Amino acid sequence: MGVLEVKDLTMDFGGLRAVDHVSLEVNDGEIVALIGPNGAGKTTFFNCVTGVYNPTEGQVQITAPGKASEEIQGTQPHKVTEKGLARTFQNIRLFQNMTVLENVMIGRHSRLKSGIAGAVFRGKKTRAEEQQVLFDSYEILKKIGLTRWVNEQAKNLPYGEQRRLEIARALATEPFLLLLDEPAAGMNPQETHSLVDLILRLREMEKISVLLIEHDMSLVMSLSEKIYVMDYGKQIAVGTPAEVKKDPIVIKAYLGEDIDA
Amino acid sequence: MLKEKLKKSLFVALWFAVLTFPIMVIRVNTIEKTVVWRWGNLFMVLIGSYVISFIWNYAIERRERGEKTSIAFIENIKLKTRTISQNVKIRKGGLAALLLIVVLFPFLTSFYQMSIMNTALMYVMLGLGLNIVIGLGGILHLGYIAFFLVGSYSYALLNQHFGLNFWLALPIGGLLACILGILIAVPVLRLRGDYLAIVTLAFGEITRIVAENWSSLTGGPSGIRSIPRPKLPGIDLSLIDTAKLVYFIMVVLAALTIFITLRLKDSRIGRALIAMREDEIACRSMGINTTKMKVIAFALGSVFAGVAGVVFAANTTFINPASFTIWESIIVLCIVVLGGMGSIPGVVFAALVLKLLPEYLRAFTDYRMLVFGAVLIVMMIFKPGGLIPEKMKHYSFTDADAAAMKEEDE
Repeated sequence: MGVLEVKDLTMDFGGLRAVDHVSLEVNDGEIVALIGPNGAGKTTFFNCVTGVYNPTEGQVQITAPGKASEEIQGTQPHKVTEKGLARTFQNIRLFQNMTVLENVMIGRHSRLKSGIAGAVFRGKKTRAEEQQVLFDSYEILKKIGLTRWVNEQAKNLPYGEQRRLEIARALATEPFLLLLDEPAAGMNPQETHSLVDLILRLREMEKISVLLIEHDMSLVMSLSEKIYVMDYGKQIAVGTPAEVKKDPIVIKAYLGEDIDA
Repeated sequence: MLKEKLKKSLFVALWFAVLTFPIMVIRVNTIEKTVVWRWGNLFMVLIGSYVISFIWNYAIERRERGEKTSIAFIENIKLKTRTISQNVKIRKGGLAALLLIVVLFPFLTSFYQMSIMNTALMYVMLGLGLNIVIGLGGILHLGYIAFFLVGSYSYALLNQHFGLNFWLALPIGGLLACILGILIAVPVLRLRGDYLAIVTLAFGEITRIVAENWSSLTGGPSGIRSIPRPKLPGIDLSLIDTAKLVYFIMVVLAALTIFITLRLKDSRIGRALIAMREDEIACRSMGINTTKMKVIAFALGSVFAGVAGVVFAANTTFINPASFTIWESIIVLCIVVLGGMGSIPGVVFAALVLKLLPEYLRAFTDYRMLVFGAVLIVMMIFKPGGLIPEKMKHYSFTDADAAAMKEEDE
């Protein structure tokens, strides 16, 4: 049973069709990659799934573990997150002036309840909740290996660590599906390698599925069980890494067409 | 290197001399038809701008080299104050001393001192209220004074028509301002940045213009007169005693505002507001309902302005729309920016400085705005975080499994 099933998703911006009838399925516990040349519409696809854009056509259906399936296209981003989809961004979007711990605490927001009255009177319940948040957030930082930066402002972190913090923050929302938009962009081979480890570890420990956009082919090939390829908004191929690697259409999309051919 | 700098400053000085020549040197008397050439002034401008330009260049260069403009002496003081302030006993003693000063203030000073302090405390409240909207939520609000207006007018009008007393008006004024805050939040929700600033600016002006033109209700430009001062039941208070009463009301309200904003900042809602200021798109994707957060920021921010407005009306006994111009909104905005966005001690400090200093600098009243502008520019270049920059809370974790220990750091 697929945790995420996207059917014929289409997104138009005025006259431009950025995503053209793309279908995609992520099964429980699977790591799926979405690849394609720059401008293929991958991030737009992500934005449609996570509610940032309201798709022109098509369905986005999710099935949280132990829950009934529901269609979520056009749902607001914060509600999508509540339902259990968490994402990271292509260009890092951390809360730069907040500390590392606070960034993760923000991720817990949708799982907490205390409101203004709780904030002002700070009753027993609120205090207990706050302690729990601190504890949980710290646990997540431990898992990702960021504890030594706890009180550091997010903007002061090295680049690779910032990417990891984004994942930590997404994880704090208790997702069953993690959407990573170019998680290895700008990383050196060593950082990429530890990222691969991290993603595999998270899938094991947290029982989550992963959908990722990536340009780093070594990462895509070593991680994913299934690869979808997009070009000019259209889905041009789907298959296992070995199949996709050999697909002539994919090679053509990436290397360009020979004029003489 | 030095020669170059001196040369550069010379050019600046010459340029300033030329620039200010018509106003500083030539004085034309149109009645006697004479022209006075004040060459002395030219000399002063040359020297003054030369020195200032040299210091300015030096400071800018230091900053660009990444050196902090720190003098060993100042650093020493900073370090000492830090160690002293961390001592619990001294901290408690300091707080007690502050409390004593606050309580004794009205009995030791004149009526005049008290009334400027009253105004300053109102601006502390306004500053902290706007700090929720701008400092925490990052919503550039340029019409904040409208809520102050609503608070003032609601007391004045409810008293005039229904004889509502001051104490009841306090919560009602706050409530009405809050309702207006929510109403205006709805249309501005979709806007961001410059557009939002313009819409809030327009809203502030609209509120004032309505008050000015709805003569049958608000008395138009001539305002509302003889608004009763706050009274205590069964006691007749002289004018001076009333000022003392207002002072204590303001102290309590300001303390309450500080308490609420401090608690709010260190809570789930406060964190969400700060996250919204940092990055709205990421904020939405992290499960925060930004629409709700904006409404909360507006509603809370306006309550404080509304309550302060009620006290303002009762304190001055006369209100008219001229007290609520865009200029007042700008002053409150300056308090927040100068104090440090999101920093509660910073905003309190800036409110007191900005409202008290001009009163004590009456002698320089002609140059007040000039100095004010210069200070703002210098601040934004050399201390963009404000007088007391916002500090994020730090936590220390004793052990992996132990519960988190909180460490106060503000």
